Amino acid sequence: MNLKSLFKQPQNTLEGTESEQNVKVNAKTGDFNCPGCGAPLLRTEVRVNYYSCPKCDYYFRIGGRRRLDFICDKGSFKEFDADMISHDPLTFPNYSEKLDAARQKSGEKEAVICGVGKINGYPCAVFSMDANFMMGSMGAAVGEKITKLFEYATENKLPVLGVTVSGGARMQEGMVSLVQMAKTAGAVKKHSDAGGLYIVLLTNPTTGGVTASFAMLGDIELAEPGALVGFAGPRVIEQTLRQKLPDGFQSAESTLKCGYIDAIVERPHQKNFITALLKMHNGGFCDAVN
Amino acid sequence: MPSINKSYEKVLRARGKQRPVASDCIAACISDFIELHGDRGCKDDSAIIAGIGYLGQMPVTVIGIEKGHTTPEKIAHNFGAASPEGYRKALRQMKLAEKFHRPVLCFVDTAGAYCGIEAEEHGQAEAIARNLAEMMTLKTPIISVIIGEGGSGGAIGLAVADEVWMFSGAYYSVVAPESCANILWKDMSHADEAAESLCLTADPLLELGIIDRKIEEPENFLKQQVNDEFFNALRIGLYTTFEKLCSKSTRELLDTRYEKFRRVGRYD
Ligand SMILES: [Zn+2]
Repeated sequence: MNLKSLFKQPQNTLEGTESEQNVKVNAKTGDFNCPGCGAPLLRTEVRVNYYSCPKCDYYFRIGGRRRLDFICDKGSFKEFDADMISHDPLTFPNYSEKLDAARQKSGEKEAVICGVGKINGYPCAVFSMDANFMMGSMGAAVGEKITKLFEYATENKLPVLGVTVSGGARMQEGMVSLVQMAKTAGAVKKHSDAGGLYIVLLTNPTTGGVTASFAMLGDIELAEPGALVGFAGPRVIEQTLRQKLPDGFQSAESTLKCGYIDAIVERPHQKNFITALLKMHNGGFCDAVN
Repeated sequence: MPSINKSYEKVLRARGKQRPVASDCIAACISDFIELHGDRGCKDDSAIIAGIGYLGQMPVTVIGIEKGHTTPEKIAHNFGAASPEGYRKALRQMKLAEKFHRPVLCFVDTAGAYCGIEAEEHGQAEAIARNLAEMMTLKTPIISVIIGEGGSGGAIGLAVADEVWMFSGAYYSVVAPESCANILWKDMSHADEAAESLCLTADPLLELGIIDRKIEEPENFLKQQVNDEFFNALRIGLYTTFEKLCSKSTRELLDTRYEKFRRVGRYD
């Protein structure tokens, strides 16, 4: 796999900026070239291959809802707080326009989808972030939705599966967004103390204030191959240190070697892998001793 | 939000090297301070000072992000940019405080957590995340005081507290105004506008419920003229607040702490 092409894209620390995968689609045929290996690809062959390149395993970024289709049993997902939106707490310049554009682009109201579903029959609280919505950045609505999901899971004795993709805290909400880190981390901790299992699936890229809060607090941390996982974005580190970063820096593979990821799981195997973990944990909730 | 004039000027002044730093605050507020080192993992991060001392008659655990004043001091403390080992050292001291029901006092002054290859490889994100989660349920009172720079994740990693206080000349922000300007306006010269828009000074943050108290600084708040009156008042304020927090049951303390953060950005 050509890792370099994966690392060019995410480019910030705690703040979310838009970053797109540069795929030029042939308007006539609907075909395109793989950004990883350059091979010409057909839409359909990519689709049946879990949105990855059959030649080089390049992973195309997919929306939060498609993720849920991959992981939850058909028709089992019930969404919570689907209409919750951010209220521009600081009346930040151009923020409301950006929110409108993000809604248009992603078809979502916010950067995370939360709810309950079944994974091969196992009931589970699930959240799935969406990179098309302001790079999956966390503002008050994202923080609130995730917090409520963990509180629901604690109350109803459910495990939580979280699929992350994010540029970090949403700077247009200022400190309100930074505090969501503490708020979500607190909700994760309470769920954990009550005996709940929390599995994280890190996808490309997960950085900034999301990594530094709920994304790194899983009992089990899984990642997609090649996913960039970090605190500071690679561009920021390069600018700060004025040096090129080593190849593969902050990739899931090197993060695993550093000791912060339990396993790297390819897209087609993720559902069964998660199911096996839920089964080994008796469904993923164990009443705490005290 | 009301417009607070000159936010950016405040940011620049908060970075001034003659302002009192964490070690000055510790010297002025704490007696018989004993510094304790190391994260028991792999190193002792000099950007964070941790130890135990007396606040009046009360033993307290004190943690400070230290910037130093002179260039050699700044280098020795890595310019107040803490590594993952620093956050873990802080957490180790907090867990010891919890065991002995001793209050925890944090002085926060950092432009941000250290940004570098080793910090990433040693889990900067994990270390901060762990502190957020552990501090939320730490069974002893915590007060965090933003004394100068409250830079993003590196600051909140020591600022999950029953009360978050802020010096009137400090700032607390999700992002440096310069970076914000760079990203949103593609131009650093908009830092002024960015600072204004980010609502990073004490007054709007008080209004948003993000801090609990603003500590009014004297004019020309400089190290050389460290003001006894100011630090006396701070010491008394900390003491009486810890007394009040210590009188709560653990359940009440933790529920109130959780709810305080829970409320920020709540939706009905
Ligand atoms: Zn390819």
